[in-house]
Amino acid sequence: MPNDTSQNPRTLYQKVWDDHVIHTDDNGTSLIYIDRHLVHEVTSPQAFEGLRLANRPVHSPKATLAVCDHNVPTTDRANGITEPESRLQVETLYKNCEEFGIDLFDMNDKRQGIVHIIGPEQGFSQPGMTIVCGDSHTSTHGAFGALAFGIGTSEVEHVLATQTLIQKQSKSMRVTVNGDLSEGVTAKDIILSIIGQIGTAGGTGHVIEYAGDTIRALSMEGRMTMCNMSIEAGARAGMIAPDDTTIQYIKGRPMAPKGTEWDKAIAYWKTLQTDDGATYDTEVILDAKDIAPTVSWGTTPEDILPITGNVPAPSDFDDPKKQQSVARMLDYMDLKAGTKLTDIKLDKIFIGSCTNGRIEDLRSVAAVVKGKKIAENIKLAMVVPGSGLVKQMAEDEGIADILIAAGFEWREPGCSMCLAMNADKLLAGERCASTSNRNFEGRQGRGGRTHLMSPAMAAAAAITGHLTDIREFNA
Amino acid sequence: MDKFTTLSGIAAPLRMINVDTDVILPKQYLKVITRHGLGQYAFEEIRYHEDGTPKEDFILNKPPYDKAEILITGENFGSGSSREHAPWAILDLGIKCIIAPSFADIFYNNSFKNGMLLIELPLDQIDALMNEAEENPEAPLNIDLENQTITRGNQINFDFDIDAHKKHCLLNGLDDIGLTLEKKAHITDYETNDKTKRSWLYKS
Repeated sequence: MPNDTSQNPRTLYQKVWDDHVIHTDDNGTSLIYIDRHLVHEVTSPQAFEGLRLANRPVHSPKATLAVCDHNVPTTDRANGITEPESRLQVETLYKNCEEFGIDLFDMNDKRQGIVHIIGPEQGFSQPGMTIVCGDSHTSTHGAFGALAFGIGTSEVEHVLATQTLIQKQSKSMRVTVNGDLSEGVTAKDIILSIIGQIGTAGGTGHVIEYAGDTIRALSMEGRMTMCNMSIEAGARAGMIAPDDTTIQYIKGRPMAPKGTEWDKAIAYWKTLQTDDGATYDTEVILDAKDIAPTVSWGTTPEDILPITGNVPAPSDFDDPKKQQSVARMLDYMDLKAGTKLTDIKLDKIFIGSCTNGRIEDLRSVAAVVKGKKIAENIKLAMVVPGSGLVKQMAEDEGIADILIAAGFEWREPGCSMCLAMNADKLLAGERCASTSNRNFEGRQGRGGRTHLMSPAMAAAAAITGHLTDIREFNA
Repeated sequence: MDKFTTLSGIAAPLRMINVDTDVILPKQYLKVITRHGLGQYAFEEIRYHEDGTPKEDFILNKPPYDKAEILITGENFGSGSSREHAPWAILDLGIKCIIAPSFADIFYNNSFKNGMLLIELPLDQIDALMNEAEENPEAPLNIDLENQTITRGNQINFDFDIDAHKKHCLLNGLDDIGLTLEKKAHITDYETNDKTKRSWLYKS
């Protein structure tokens, strides 16, 4: 069964799938084993309650790691959480973890942070694993060559009770990007461009494998940014085959294999490459040189353009339903067709999220804003590190001082204004340059308007006060 | 879980594409620790004005659609987050069946776990259903899961596809966890083998 070379050539996804199938029914539905499960406070309370009602234990408590991230305040935590519902949800997580024997990073733990930042950071996420979490951005962990996807609360309960899930195999898609990236173009611009090309439902029913020399040249942080937004392309999972970059990243992390187990793990991880001759249901190919610094203008992540573009008109689209949707988006976003994107003025800047809240992201922001000040029209520019350890690292490297001197607020780690469940949110009508992943109506606060972009682009926008081409900013 | 066999009810046409989970249930309502009572907040930002008064042009505010048990809508319904609160909220509104050209994967799966039936149909059939629902709002649409049909008088008679496992679970009101625990011996066998093959996963 495992990586049997006598079989037909297999994709990375097929190999990881095959190694986790416990049983397949006649109708093609499989029971698959789940190696690791991440839990947070928002999507788990009803799952634990379900276990209690049915008097079921957690099958493998040590395969699960819990953290609070969605609801936690990003300001001073000395007094706990003031908002009663948020506090109840976080306290419920603490109680559930204690009752069921699950390891937890609580709000004041240095290792606390966004669930998809801390998994990789701790070495919890490894190649070839199946990793799930009650959060759609679980696709992030696919950057390690894991099969990682978001699940709902009923499935959270299923995994807690059985360490398995009932699944049908997905279709496979390969997105290949080759060539050198132009100056100012990052992993965020690549993934936004891919979503713009295939659409927010383009990956529905698929697991995407990202391949090509452009992807190989990305750091683990960049790969995580790409896999993270696979869900915005409709795919539940994105994967990148492990290589030396992956192995070097994992080595020595607290939950990484040690000693002889490390050698054994590496030998296995190295088999996790798509075989020559393996085929995909769908192939998409991009040339890196065609990708420009990219921003979103509408209210779905497929509504993106190169920063050099102009706001489109409904008549620029062929499909009548899309025309109707574009008209609604322009109204919601308060944009006029034909406006130059670089003329769009901003109110707030948000740097953070599981998409772009890692140390490399903060370094790139610091490089842009060093010695400069945020524009007068920017009411708030906030940096929310992805974890306590990222925050510590940024402070040790002097990044925090640079950002604070430029006028940014330096916050405590969490999901924050990516989804605005805590106190961090846009007011109606406010416009934000955001390094997060979703620009849906109301996502960052009712009536708020979101433009998605890379950390460097958001940093440049903070300084100029409007959407800005990072290449011109640097020139 | 309640069984789903047949359903005969009012169908509401929601003429929107890409209805995402933030539209279905805004995040401020994810702070609950139970599954119930979310219907009042469903579609809040397109259903109510900021002062809380209903928006008259929103389909589920208009009689008789305010009593709809079936929702007919556009492509990529349920895109976005994994929040099962989204199907919980729709179910709590009394809607047990959603018909669309396509759904986002996680939303689709979550809905079935709560006894809801989601049906994918080609665009032309969706258009026909929407037009019918607008022209004859009071006439019930009939869904028969066993026979996989959607009918209304002489106007509508469509077949639909459904995954055999999902159909079986809905028809019998089966709980997935119970089904899986019946395969406990298979799980134990898998773990025994895997502890040799991928021993590092079991050491920390």
